[in-house]
Amino acid sequence: MADKLRAQQQLEQLQARYIGTTHPDTTKFEWTSNIMRDSYASYVGHQPLLHYMAIGYGEPKEKIRAFFLNKMIQPVGKPPEVQE
Amino acid sequence: MSDADFERIKRLQQERNAQKGLKSFDTAAKATNSAKASLTENFDTAVYGRDGDDKFAGYNKSIAVNGGPDDDDDHEMGDFDDTRRLVGQYTASRAQIDEFANTGRDDDMITSREKQAQIASRESDYQKRRFDRGPLTPTRADPFAENVQNGTRYRDTMASRELEREEARVQKLIADKQTNGELTHKEHKPTLKEDTSDKENAQAGSTVDAASGAGRKRKQRWDIPAADSTPTEDTTKKRSRWDVTAAPDEEAAPSRRSRWDMAPAVGGETPRVAQGLATPAHPSQAGVVSFGTDVSARNAPLSDEDLDFLLPGEKEGYKILEPPPGYEPLRVSVRRTVPTPSAAAGASGYGGFMMQEPETIQALGKQLPTNIPGVGELPFFKPEDMTYFGKLFDGADENDLSVEELKERKIARLLLKVKNGTPSQRKSSLRSLTDSAKAFGAGPLFNQILPLLMEKSLEDQERHLLVKVIDRILWKLSEDVRPYVHRILVVIEPLLIDQDYYARVEGREIISNLAKAAGLATMISTMRPEIDHADEYVRNTTARAFAVVASALGISSLLPFLRAVCRSKKSWHARHTGVKIVQQIAILVGAACLPNLPALIDCIAANLSDEQAKVRTVTSLAIAALAEACSPYGIESFDPILNPLWTGARKQRGKGLAGYLKAIGYIIPLMDEEYANYYTSQIMEIVIREYASADEEMKRICCQVTISINRANGITPMYLREHVVDEFFKAFWVKRTALDRRILRSVVDTTIDLAQKVGGAEIVERLWPHLKEENEPYRKMTVETIEKIIASLGTADFGERLEEHLIDGMLFAFQEQTVEDPVLLNGFGTLVNALGERMKPYFPQVVSTMLFRLGHRTPVCRQQSADLISRTVKTLARCGEDDLVIKLGQVLYEYLGEEYPEVLGSILGALRSIVACVRIDQMQPPIKDLLLRVAPILRNRHEKVQENAIDLVGRIAEFAPTAVGSKEMVRIGWEMTEMLKAHKKGIRRAANNTFGYIAKAIGPSDVLAVLLSQLRVSERQSRVCAAVAIAIVAEACGPFSTLPVLMNEYRTPELNVRTGTLKALSFLTEYIGELSKDYVYALIPLLEDALTDRDQVHRQSSANIISHLGTTLAGLGCEDAMVHLLSLLWPNIFETSPHVIDRVIDAINGIRQSVGTGIIMNYTLAGLFSPARKVRQPYHRIYNLMYVQSADSMIPYYPELGEEFYARPELDVVI
Repeated sequence: MADKLRAQQQLEQLQARYIGTTHPDTTKFEWTSNIMRDSYASYVGHQPLLHYMAIGYGEPKEKIRAFFLNKMIQPVGKPPEVQE
Repeated sequence: MSDADFERIKRLQQERNAQKGLKSFDTAAKATNSAKASLTENFDTAVYGRDGDDKFAGYNKSIAVNGGPDDDDDHEMGDFDDTRRLVGQYTASRAQIDEFANTGRDDDMITSREKQAQIASRESDYQKRRFDRGPLTPTRADPFAENVQNGTRYRDTMASRELEREEARVQKLIADKQTNGELTHKEHKPTLKEDTSDKENAQAGSTVDAASGAGRKRKQRWDIPAADSTPTEDTTKKRSRWDVTAAPDEEAAPSRRSRWDMAPAVGGETPRVAQGLATPAHPSQAGVVSFGTDVSARNAPLSDEDLDFLLPGEKEGYKILEPPPGYEPLRVSVRRTVPTPSAAAGASGYGGFMMQEPETIQALGKQLPTNIPGVGELPFFKPEDMTYFGKLFDGADENDLSVEELKERKIARLLLKVKNGTPSQRKSSLRSLTDSAKAFGAGPLFNQILPLLMEKSLEDQERHLLVKVIDRILWKLSEDVRPYVHRILVVIEPLLIDQDYYARVEGREIISNLAKAAGLATMISTMRPEIDHADEYVRNTTARAFAVVASALGISSLLPFLRAVCRSKKSWHARHTGVKIVQQIAILVGAACLPNLPALIDCIAANLSDEQAKVRTVTSLAIAALAEACSPYGIESFDPILNPLWTGARKQRGKGLAGYLKAIGYIIPLMDEEYANYYTSQIMEIVIREYASADEEMKRICCQVTISINRANGITPMYLREHVVDEFFKAFWVKRTALDRRILRSVVDTTIDLAQKVGGAEIVERLWPHLKEENEPYRKMTVETIEKIIASLGTADFGERLEEHLIDGMLFAFQEQTVEDPVLLNGFGTLVNALGERMKPYFPQVVSTMLFRLGHRTPVCRQQSADLISRTVKTLARCGEDDLVIKLGQVLYEYLGEEYPEVLGSILGALRSIVACVRIDQMQPPIKDLLLRVAPILRNRHEKVQENAIDLVGRIAEFAPTAVGSKEMVRIGWEMTEMLKAHKKGIRRAANNTFGYIAKAIGPSDVLAVLLSQLRVSERQSRVCAAVAIAIVAEACGPFSTLPVLMNEYRTPELNVRTGTLKALSFLTEYIGELSKDYVYALIPLLEDALTDRDQVHRQSSANIISHLGTTLAGLGCEDAMVHLLSLLWPNIFETSPHVIDRVIDAINGIRQSVGTGIIMNYTLAGLFSPARKVRQPYHRIYNLMYVQSADSMIPYYPELGEEFYARPELDVVI
């Protein structure tokens, strides 16, 4: 019982610190949003990768960067309606 | 005396008289009236006469030289004495008294352990003052609540504080008079002539009735009404006898509580007993009331009918008065009605002769119950608990009780379980208290918890638990606690000045949680009235609590309030407390006060020129605390106060000056170098002047200031050498310094600090003559200082003369010690090692001293000498004195028959150092003899002997592997197996290392046989240590020699052996690191078997092995093996036992290091969104760990979800 409680507390702490961590009740929306955001963050963070993608798209690097950053806003659309 | 001076003094006297209301002629007259001359001050006055009425007139009383009750220094709580003296008192310093008071306590065999555990019995008188504040102060109204409940308003509280202050003032006047002997003759006066109201006042101890004889109309006790209106006022307030039976539901605001209601003993508030809290008297302690002795019926209060019958009523023209507003009857008497008479009759015997009845004896011997109805069995139940939990025993039917009562019982039960229960009971009760805190409500909870915390017999553990309860429920209750904030503070504030560090931390935590729950406005309105409380204790604790609130809610939010308090015109107490809050904030939050530093300094700047000396002093201390906290930044914030601080330091004397010096001392290190130079040269004059001060506090502060200025680069070594060092040595390096431990510490530190600047030789040159003083503590102090200077600065700059003197002095100090002290040992050892080869000419003398002392008859002396040998022998060998080393070895060998284990241990240690630094073939006696002699000593049970003996054996095996036969070594190995289960870790470690050396010396096979046999024994300790030793052997001799043996051993069908082998393998893989690359494939069959075993420990240990393999083999090309192991390991993620699952997760993490995130991701995605929660849970745990550790490398491996929204086309770009 105590272990369960501690595990629960640890999980809560973990989630407070790392937004992308999951728990057994993570919804598809949350999970996919995090995947997308992490992906875009990763592209933007790795300069060579960004450069590569920019060449592939045939766009300036800065434009691609801005595009990725903008995509991070609601990357998988609007959150689902909360059902009462 | 000039006329102007005379006039001034006269005016001052008049002012003081007006203030104190003293009439000196009166006192003289009364003194002569009495038949006997009492030997008081009055006698002097009467005989010798006195022209002024205050004998201290003309002395400046505003500077408290010895500190008043308002001692401002944090380290000196309660370190004060009230009396003013014109001559110094030659007595032990406060610090010394405290020191002995503390050591004496532990030696007291009579005081039971139980008593010592109680918090109250350890507290100083100052801390005991917490009991002066009532257990339950009235609830406060919460102005923020939607519907304001009944409770004291802010205005009422302020009024009652005002009243208390007034009362304290008057009490003080009376006390002053009594000490002056003016009230002693009161009883000789004819009472009939006295005013009746006055007589009553005198009994209550409230009025200055001495003044009535003074001819002048004095102010009355309540200074609100004019004197002539007093009688009528009194009659309306007069206690009527009806009040005794006043209805208990009377709930009036207790503002203007009349003093009549006060129990005489209680100092502060009237102890109002809250409704429902009137616990029944202890049934167990009440004893048995024997027939005919119960007088309670006669003492019971009269009922209304009785009174109607006895007294004239309205028909006769009388009227029954309403009880005055705010009057609350004392319930205590009601509670005591039953127990008191019987106890009195039984205990003190004035109830008449009474035969001891057999059942009384039985009742006395009755055990306290540990089985509480509705609670179950408890580990203990104290008699004091009966007061609070007695109602659980009354056997009332739960069905008859109201909801409130039921709730109350429920809380009591839970609290009892938390306080006295077993850990599991405690845990579950704590949780249910927390969970249902809202349902119980703040009132009922705190009404029960807080009195428990004020119980005098409370112990640390109980307090900790109760404080924990409060902490937990505070979170749940949030703003519901507002009415109870003051109650909680009264109970928790004392924790802030507890001696125990953890209690202080706990107190801080509670108060900060309370502040967060109740909000700033409530905290301020609750604590505001305490800021100028009459009692210094209350103000002190309140200041500390305010500091905690500030750190919890942000300093900036408290600033406006602080500014107002620090500029209070009404009372200097408030200003004093305000400044103290700032000081405490600085101490509490440290450098975090930097953003608010200008504002904080702005708050207290004006108080530097306060008219009250105490306020000035505390302000300087607060500035010192601020400067210390924000060092090395923030000098610009201190700019506005530098000037007042500076001029103040020139004007002040005594304690005030000490504070100013401290402040300047802390500010100078913040300054630029040129400013610092200027200020330093100015301040040093004062500091050097004050070196000669007689005040200990001042001396300590001078040392402190010297240190901080010294470190501030503001001062050149030249200046120090010319001006400071001589003065410093003249003032501080005297024998008296060694007597007081605190001043000793500061002097030693300052000297070492000076040495850093002016050079070691310069200081040591001045120190060595003190080595030959006859005062031993003083010599010790000198040795300690020299040791520290040498340890940090070396001896390179020492001249030959100095060397000689130093060695000479050290030898003298070493030989002359009466109590062997590690200080001398360290000092000598450090000196010898620091001098190194320069020691050569002196060694013959030193060695002969050591040899002489080695044969001394006191064991401590022999031990110390052996210790010194083990420290210096390395230097001895470096000087090329091998003969001396060998000679020492021979002598030590002869002393191996030593009977005192402590000494024997040291001798073995000395031998070990000799073996380490002398050539083995030269060793005398031959190393073989030595080993044979040491082997039986291994059986000695003493820990120190064991540790050193094993170490010695290890050294011999390390340095002379060929000197001893392998048979001998194996035999010793068997002897050492005993040590593997030693309690002391050092012994086990030494034994393990020695196994490694032996294995290296004679090859692993024999040693492994010994160790593997240890895997079969039953003690876990031995098995674990054997496993570690096997790993060490493997590390020493190469894994190829050990692994086959271990794998063979694993085939033994015995659980302990198999798990032991696995454990050994796990240590082995940890120790050999990357070497294991070559052995992974060999290990796989073994690991396969272990991972598929039914036994959990098998899987746990093999998971441990895998996690070591995985982390060390990353990038070494063993991925195929790892994936194979992962497949076998994966099903274990559903384990529930915490040990197993933790190891399994570790192993998966380890494998991820070598195989990369992708493969693990593959495994994880399979169950991450399984329909069964039980399956999902462990998968998410693994996913989270992976995410935390390597989120970035997961990006390429996220699944294609097959919908447009989730597509990541960027990854498909190919050029």
